[in-house]
Amino acid sequence: MDNMKMRAQLKGDVVEVKVLMSHPMETGRRKDDFDRLIPAHFVQLLTATLNGKTVLEAQWGTGISKNPYLTFRLKGAKVGDIVAVTWHDNHGETATQDIAVTQA
Amino acid sequence: MQRRNFLLGVAALIVLMPVRVLAALWNKAAFESVRLNDASRKLEINAEIPSADIQIIAPDRAENGAIVQVEVKSAIADTEAIAIFVEKNPTPLIANFIFSNGAEPYVVTRIKMAETSDIKIVVKAGERYFTAAKNVVVLENGCG
Repeated sequence: MDNMKMRAQLKGDVVEVKVLMSHPMETGRRKDDFDRLIPAHFVQLLTATLNGKTVLEAQWGTGISKNPYLTFRLKGAKVGDIVAVTWHDNHGETATQDIAVTQA
Repeated sequence: MQRRNFLLGVAALIVLMPVRVLAALWNKAAFESVRLNDASRKLEINAEIPSADIQIIAPDRAENGAIVQVEVKSAIADTEAIAIFVEKNPTPLIANFIFSNGAEPYVVTRIKMAETSDIKIVVKAGERYFTAAKNVVVLENGCG
């Protein structure tokens, strides 16, 4: 589950970070073709850091769409700074990805 | 052998620790609440003040409730957190975002909506809570 797509671009004095994650985000209420419930499987926690310092902490429920998408903005970041995103799901799975800030 | 076992034990602790810490962080009671008021209370939200300084950009009508893009921006000074609720979802609390160290009180994400409902936003600024809502008409259920 390491296929996280990220982009971090400096626009004016703000860095805009866009993240697209690959995750089923199952609610636990859906049924398969044989009428059996598909167990809940969803990202619960997401953290973002700028050069190792926490900038965003998110708690998620099952209401975030499949293959979660996220945009956030950082002030005081420069070209070359490292933005990292890590998620943890309810199965104990985790993924991390980082990217350097580029000029838009 | 004892030393080896000890080291293995330490290694296991280090591996397991983050999961425990994270489990403690996730607000299970709030996310599993089936009523918005309960979810809200479990996030310790109280005395919400309606605010025009919260901007919510979401479609008026969503063809597919499985993917509804929501953009939230708070112009309230000292915004620390933005919580997103969908009033009529089976579990109304969608997400809670906590900002620090220069992150702007701004977020865009995509959410599931079971039916036509208000998207309710609650902003935490210091010990005060502010709220705004936007109604989205859902043509096709997205919770399944």
